[in-house]
Amino acid sequence: MGMRDFLSGNEALARGAWEAGVRYATGYPGTPSTEILESLVGYPEVDTHWSTNEKVAFEEGIGFAVAGGRALVTMKHVGLNVAADPFMVFPYSGTNGGFVVVSADDPGMHSSQNEQDNRYLARMARVPIVEPGTPQECLEFMRQAFELSEAFGTPVMVRTTTRTAHCKGRVSTGGRREVPPVAFDPDPRRFSVPIYGRQLRPLLEDRLGRLAIYAETTPFNRVSVTGRPIGVVANGISRAYAREVLPEADYFDLGLTYPLPLVGLLSFCRDHETVYVVEEGDPFIEEQLRAAGATNIIGKDLFGICGEYSPERLAEAIDGRVFARALNTSIPAPSRPPMFCVGCGHRTVFDALGQLRVTVAGDIGCYTMGALPPYEAEHLTFCMGASIGNAIGLLRAGVKRSVAVIGDSTFLHTGIPSLIDAVYTRTPITLLILDNGTTGMTGQQPNPVAGYDMAGVDAPVLDLEALVRAVGVKDVVVVDTWDRSAIRRAVLSALAHDGPSVAIIRGPCQLLPEMRARDLEPLVVDESLCTECNACYRIQCPAITSGPHGLPTIDAAACVTCTVCQQLCRYDAILPLVGNGHAVPSMPDPADGGER
Amino acid sequence: MTAVPNATEPTITSVLVSGVGGQGVLLVSEVIARAAIAAGHDATQTEVHGVSQRGGSVHSHVRFGTQVHSPLIPVGQADLVVGMEKLEAVRFAHFLRPGGAIVVNAHEIPPVSAGSDAVSRYPHDAVSVLRSHGLRVIEVPATDLAERELGNGRVANVLVLGLLSTHLPIPVDLWSDLLTKLVPERFLELNRRAFSLGVALGGSLGREPAMRAATQPDSGGVL
Repeated sequence: MGMRDFLSGNEALARGAWEAGVRYATGYPGTPSTEILESLVGYPEVDTHWSTNEKVAFEEGIGFAVAGGRALVTMKHVGLNVAADPFMVFPYSGTNGGFVVVSADDPGMHSSQNEQDNRYLARMARVPIVEPGTPQECLEFMRQAFELSEAFGTPVMVRTTTRTAHCKGRVSTGGRREVPPVAFDPDPRRFSVPIYGRQLRPLLEDRLGRLAIYAETTPFNRVSVTGRPIGVVANGISRAYAREVLPEADYFDLGLTYPLPLVGLLSFCRDHETVYVVEEGDPFIEEQLRAAGATNIIGKDLFGICGEYSPERLAEAIDGRVFARALNTSIPAPSRPPMFCVGCGHRTVFDALGQLRVTVAGDIGCYTMGALPPYEAEHLTFCMGASIGNAIGLLRAGVKRSVAVIGDSTFLHTGIPSLIDAVYTRTPITLLILDNGTTGMTGQQPNPVAGYDMAGVDAPVLDLEALVRAVGVKDVVVVDTWDRSAIRRAVLSALAHDGPSVAIIRGPCQLLPEMRARDLEPLVVDESLCTECNACYRIQCPAITSGPHGLPTIDAAACVTCTVCQQLCRYDAILPLVGNGHAVPSMPDPADGGER
Repeated sequence: MTAVPNATEPTITSVLVSGVGGQGVLLVSEVIARAAIAAGHDATQTEVHGVSQRGGSVHSHVRFGTQVHSPLIPVGQADLVVGMEKLEAVRFAHFLRPGGAIVVNAHEIPPVSAGSDAVSRYPHDAVSVLRSHGLRVIEVPATDLAERELGNGRVANVLVLGLLSTHLPIPVDLWSDLLTKLVPERFLELNRRAFSLGVALGGSLGREPAMRAATQPDSGGVL
């Protein structure tokens, strides 16, 4: 110990894994988990890469850990649903080398489609849960989670939430400890589950019992009792909120939230008049405490289940107190929803789909913003890969003019089996694969279509067209994503086709480094030709605003020359700035810490 | 209703920085937090990543002091709220504590996809609206100044940072070290000039630490 740094929870988790001697790390990008691997890839001792999906990542991690090495697997909460199959089975055999899976939950649904509390999945799998609450704990708990994993031969879940993952703070770091691999005996009686699972099943309960005993004394949990009447039992970031609001209380800080130290917790309850159980998400701790006989606890009835906690939410719930504030209420302000970037290739797609008035089964990625105004052209969005299956169902139900929309990374993640199904069931779906060459929403992580890996090393480029043809789709076209009329024609043609059709709509994400490094020739509105028909506004490009004379004006510093507004202008009033008599603005790019 | 006794008050300073994706909100908040740590404080900084780069509203919480518990600033507990843009200043003004100050970059970024209704409701008069609520407003034309004086409006964030540095209990030299550390060399000179411009503006208001400045009634400082 000794070095001090300022790290986010995710960076500290990566550091903790590195210090623990992890040699293999994999996962699939998903907010708020992505930065763990992005940080870990900077440590040369760790073999770090993005997998095609969370199930693949998890299974790779199993292979590595069973072979004796320490492995880390990361994903967002819904990612664990994809990996649930191996997650539920792996605990039966248990692990040799340390195995930790990070489940990054998202109370408040900042960037997720649901608010599931993955502690229940871990309990279902009999997997112990470690929950850090600060960046320092992220580092230390991660390191200790590997010790726990090897001591009990069990996979361990490190559960974070958006705030623990993204909050930055001071962290004391240490050095890396190389850990020799645990011996691997490829014994089918242990690792071949269907036949021998029945013998392993009671051992799983034995291990859980031993973990429950360990939970009573583990340093993951901390009790501070000074004889005060109010007690607080809390986990993760909720511990910090509670301390802000109830500084004059005794605390039972839970770092190991499964199995719970029920003996200690019940004793803590007996020693206090009232005990607040403060946990975001579901009443995971509370229900187990009640089942164990605690009667003086207050939890979800008071604080509620939905959404994120905050200090003021706890204060108001406890006795209607509010922090003194300069304004009694917030001042109404129009919303500013996220939107497609300037020049984003998805803009043309949703403009076309909205005009064609088709029913759109969407998927998970930036293109979910196609559901927002002004497009409102994405009607169903459930989970990764769902669009194609949903479209098959829509068609089977008689919704003829329906279209599935999926990104390249999401298609590879869980879209391929559904496309095989469409071919096999001879369902004439229309599928648009929006291929922008990257995993855009989570921050441009490379995937098999990118041509390089997360370390920047060249990798084979997956041929999407060949893949789609290989599963049996006959009607396949590739379209430039900035060509409005070509997209429209492709959709109409696919809808008319009597078999499954795929249009690969291609054009790189504007945020990719190679796109940002281009020499641009921004467009400009020639006011002498503009008739104020306002057609260019329709695509809602952030670079086009209403200028001083009421005419549309293009922000030359923002324009990336996607030319879509030019295609919309019937009066040829949108022209390249260069060679048009206008001064070229200098556009140095100060490193302004643009948002990730 | 009574006020919550805050155990950590008054040793915690809380700064909320708001703006639009791409304005450099996170850099501002990270530099403040790191400067506070360099000055020997405990400090936290938090925001939500994800869709903010898609032109959405961004806000980041910085807290520093002896020991910080909640990284989220409770509503009504911010010593300073910074709006890098008028609408976002209005949106987060309710985080101010009584006597706190709100720094508003007199710059407008109308929401695009929210429809014409949102555009027509854009608070062009944000500063007077905030003042009419009795708030102490420090208005800075940071983007305009950065464009005019430095030829680049994108360093408005560092200009504002310079101004904030004169209002926070952190020694001046620490800020300069951090800029050197966090800004790539080819942009360092530009950022240094932006920072100095902000410091000069802050100096013209009087170099009051936020805690003291914020207890004074609204002096209506306009730059």
